[in-house]
Amino acid sequence: MPADAILDRLRAAADGTTTTDGRHTDGLPSQAAAGRTDNPDGPEPVRPAGEQDAIAGVPARYVAMPRDTAQAAALLRAAAALDLAVTFRGGGTKQDWASPPRRLDLIVDTTALAGVVEHAAGDLITVVRAGTGLDALAAALAAAGQQLALDAPLPGGTVGGAVATNASGPRRMLYGTARDLLIGVTLVRADGVVAHAGGKVVKNVAGYDLGKLVTGAYGTLGLVTECAFRLHPLPAAAAYVTRRVDDAAEAGRLAGTVRAAQLVPAALEVDAPAGGGAAVTVLLEGTPAGVAARVEAAARLLGTDATAADQAPEGWGRYPWRDGDTGLKLTAALSGVPRLLADARAAADRHGVPLALRGSAGVGVLHAGVPGTAEPERVAGLVDALRAATAAVAGHAVVLTAPPTVRDRVDLWGPVDGLALMRRVKQRFDPDARLAPGRFVGGI
Amino acid sequence: MSTTTTDLTALAAALRAAVGADRVLSDRQELRTYECDGLAQYKVVPALVALPADAAQCAAVVRACVAAGAPFVARGSGTGLSGGALPHADGVLIVTSQMRDILEVAPSDERAVVQPGVINLAVSRAANPHGWYYAPDPSSQQICSIGGNVAENSGGAHCLKYGFTTNHVTGVELVTPDGDRVRLGGRAPDAPGYDLLGAFVGSEGTLGIATEVTVRLTRLPESVRTLLAAFDSTDQAGAATSAIIAAGVVPAAVEMMDALAISAAEAAVHCGYPPGAGAVLIVELDGPEPEVAAQFDQVERLCRDNRAFEIRIAADDVERALFWKGRKSAFAAVGRISPDYIVQDGVIPRTALPEVLRRIGELSAERGIRVANVFHAGDGNLHPLVLFDAAVEGQTERAEEVSGAILDLCVRHGGSITGEHGVGMDKAKYMPRMFTADDLDTMQLLRCAFDPAGLANPGKVFPTPRLCGEVPGRRKGVHPAQEAGLAEVF
Ligand SMILES: Cc1cc2nc3c(=O)[nH]c(=O)nc-3n(C[C@H](O)[C@H](O)[C@H](O)COP(=O)(O)OP(=O)(O)OC[C@H]3O[C@@H](n4cnc5c(N)ncnc54)[C@H](O)[C@@H]3O)c2cc1C
Repeated sequence: MPADAILDRLRAAADGTTTTDGRHTDGLPSQAAAGRTDNPDGPEPVRPAGEQDAIAGVPARYVAMPRDTAQAAALLRAAAALDLAVTFRGGGTKQDWASPPRRLDLIVDTTALAGVVEHAAGDLITVVRAGTGLDALAAALAAAGQQLALDAPLPGGTVGGAVATNASGPRRMLYGTARDLLIGVTLVRADGVVAHAGGKVVKNVAGYDLGKLVTGAYGTLGLVTECAFRLHPLPAAAAYVTRRVDDAAEAGRLAGTVRAAQLVPAALEVDAPAGGGAAVTVLLEGTPAGVAARVEAAARLLGTDATAADQAPEGWGRYPWRDGDTGLKLTAALSGVPRLLADARAAADRHGVPLALRGSAGVGVLHAGVPGTAEPERVAGLVDALRAATAAVAGHAVVLTAPPTVRDRVDLWGPVDGLALMRRVKQRFDPDARLAPGRFVGGI
Repeated sequence: MSTTTTDLTALAAALRAAVGADRVLSDRQELRTYECDGLAQYKVVPALVALPADAAQCAAVVRACVAAGAPFVARGSGTGLSGGALPHADGVLIVTSQMRDILEVAPSDERAVVQPGVINLAVSRAANPHGWYYAPDPSSQQICSIGGNVAENSGGAHCLKYGFTTNHVTGVELVTPDGDRVRLGGRAPDAPGYDLLGAFVGSEGTLGIATEVTVRLTRLPESVRTLLAAFDSTDQAGAATSAIIAAGVVPAAVEMMDALAISAAEAAVHCGYPPGAGAVLIVELDGPEPEVAAQFDQVERLCRDNRAFEIRIAADDVERALFWKGRKSAFAAVGRISPDYIVQDGVIPRTALPEVLRRIGELSAERGIRVANVFHAGDGNLHPLVLFDAAVEGQTERAEEVSGAILDLCVRHGGSITGEHGVGMDKAKYMPRMFTADDLDTMQLLRCAFDPAGLANPGKVFPTPRLCGEVPGRRKGVHPAQEAGLAEVF
């Protein structure tokens, strides 16, 4: 079938869609999107893909940029009828994550599906379109003294991308992760059907929580087009208290001491660069008077050479790796954090690979980075060792991103509990396996 | 579908083989003990009751049900208020009351591992000596089970700050509707793969039976301070709540009662709230001492600014308990002022409170049905208590009308038909008011993945079951474009 016929079909689908469902907010013109519908300078809704659109080396044929849920639904209906394999793209910051899709025809890019639909400050909630940049959202909410308390480790990400990859950062210790903050979701299924779950009130137990199901699903179950989030007030004061120590395990032990105290930190991080040494940092948020008192208590707890600062230490909340490196997420039962830090360091020494460790010791999540220049065989050996080290502390080691030479040699996900059930879920939501096939656990 | 006597005899034998004869009930008198949950207006006597002692037995019971094609319903303590644990007449009620062991309290991991029948409060009692507790605190916490909490995603007064059950469960072991034992999550966060744990919590027993639950423990706060403020009207109390939230304070709890609810509580437990109050607010702050100290004065001032005519501050735990006593006993207390009542559970955006309360007042006046209001004011979760006398002709129907109209109000204001009591049997019919047919169909895709045969707690949550059909595979043969009638386009 000629490629331009498919392009025409997709363009026809994108044209002239309207939304009528009065019960939900999708389809309402958002402030950011308003007036753009007829804008000839706006992005073309469907175009042929270019080289820069390849996802982890897999070329795409078409790129669609829907502006609202209805248009996304029409496009996905057409894609279903045309049997096109589809991958979703937000800011494109994590397209080299996970495995490349097995099959790829159409990229649905959400960056035109942007804007704040609603911000009910008095109710501490917001409804936003999935392609909205996290930075833009933060700026909009800050005007009302509020925040979506979700740290984005990579700049330039969208709301939808953060949800799809379950991205999290230091302050998850106090505020939880995307799954905890997401209170409602609009998604478009593989067959183009629009579905909602949850709502826009914080407390709600009506129906299944599909928001949790699609959080961290890497777009393999459907396209998230709108999210409703619970918000928090911006704290009146914040301070970072840091203590440097000799090694990673020592930092882990200190973190344990902080957890047992009454500081209620917003974040409790360790940072152990490949070159040696380590630091523990406690972030305290609250009232000016409260924070001042807690900074003193934290400094007493951490030791005399602890230092307090208004600014975050360097690298705070960022992954300890760069583009082209291997990046892992390591998890542990809390009591196992010091041991994991020690074992990971020992494993890196054994395999002769530099390993940077950084993360939320206060919740049992660490990130690990290995330079892209490291020999793939050694990295693969290290991944096995890290997997054993996390298993020993009831956790997991997942390779989030890796250069192709490493990716080919390792199992990215490791053992997955409940995989059989997950396959069944995937089969129900996407029976033809067209949504990012092969990108997720167990080849889902 | 109705089960014949022979089928039932065979099933009973299979259950006895699975759990032992003394843990299977088939005597009608004994079965009747389980005919309803906390919503006593629905009653169904189950065909059989099984009381497994552990996960392996629970799985064996489910497999016996699968083999017999018999539906099964899980039951914890039976305190649910939406008929979620209402038995199936042809099915097996699987009761977790013999699975009440706290398997581990691990403060160093901030976790406890418990069997599903363990009572909510027992977890905190076990963790308290170490300085920790289990945060979700439904008012029924002295009797409800953790398994039931997981199934309902239960909340409590302190969920405003601390979140709901789903934010405090990090792992479950479940028996799937096929009878398989599966672990989801665990002690560490963020297990790889789909967040099936998140989907399971709140699924009301329709995706399987939780046989072990790993919960997060929370550090006991260094400081807790509570005040009770009396206002002339709920509007003023609502305005005070708004002012507190707008000031960026996140209290542990903000609870409101109106005049009728207060008078019921007075009659029942003599809580001694300020006389003449049209509304009382209970505001509790907890956390590090310096933070609580800084914010408590602010809260007190905001209550005064919004015309609280009396403010009491709990001097100690005893006084605090007294403040809470009136609130926590409110449901039962209305029994003192009305022969019958409906406990409603709906949610509105908090800012819509004055408008919604006014409309509830109008509804109440129009139908001649009194409504007492108790709510989690911080998060807009209303518990209107609709009072009636079933002995008076027509009152039951009018009370149900008022109760249903309140849910419509919630939906119209962008809220929910349930904030914590669940959909169960009772509210399945209201689901289409909140969700489209496509929404419900999509939710049931999940159901079909877990339970294609529809044996786990059928008839709950969804107004109409979805036929799951075969697991669809990749299409072969005709090109899908052709199949969809699009081929001629090319
Ligand atoms: C006076 C009173 C006050 C209440 N206050 C609150 C409150 O403040 N907040 C609140 O949220 N709720 C409240 N409730 C409702 C009720 O207590 C909760 O829903 C509670 O979680 C139910 O627990 P249970 O053990 O009694 O469950 P049941 O009533 O036995 O069962 C409830 C549901 O859970 C399912 N279930 C039970 N065990 C399992 C299991 N192991 N695996 C899978 N499914 C299972 C059942 O099938 C059913 O669908 C209150 C109830 C009463 C009577």
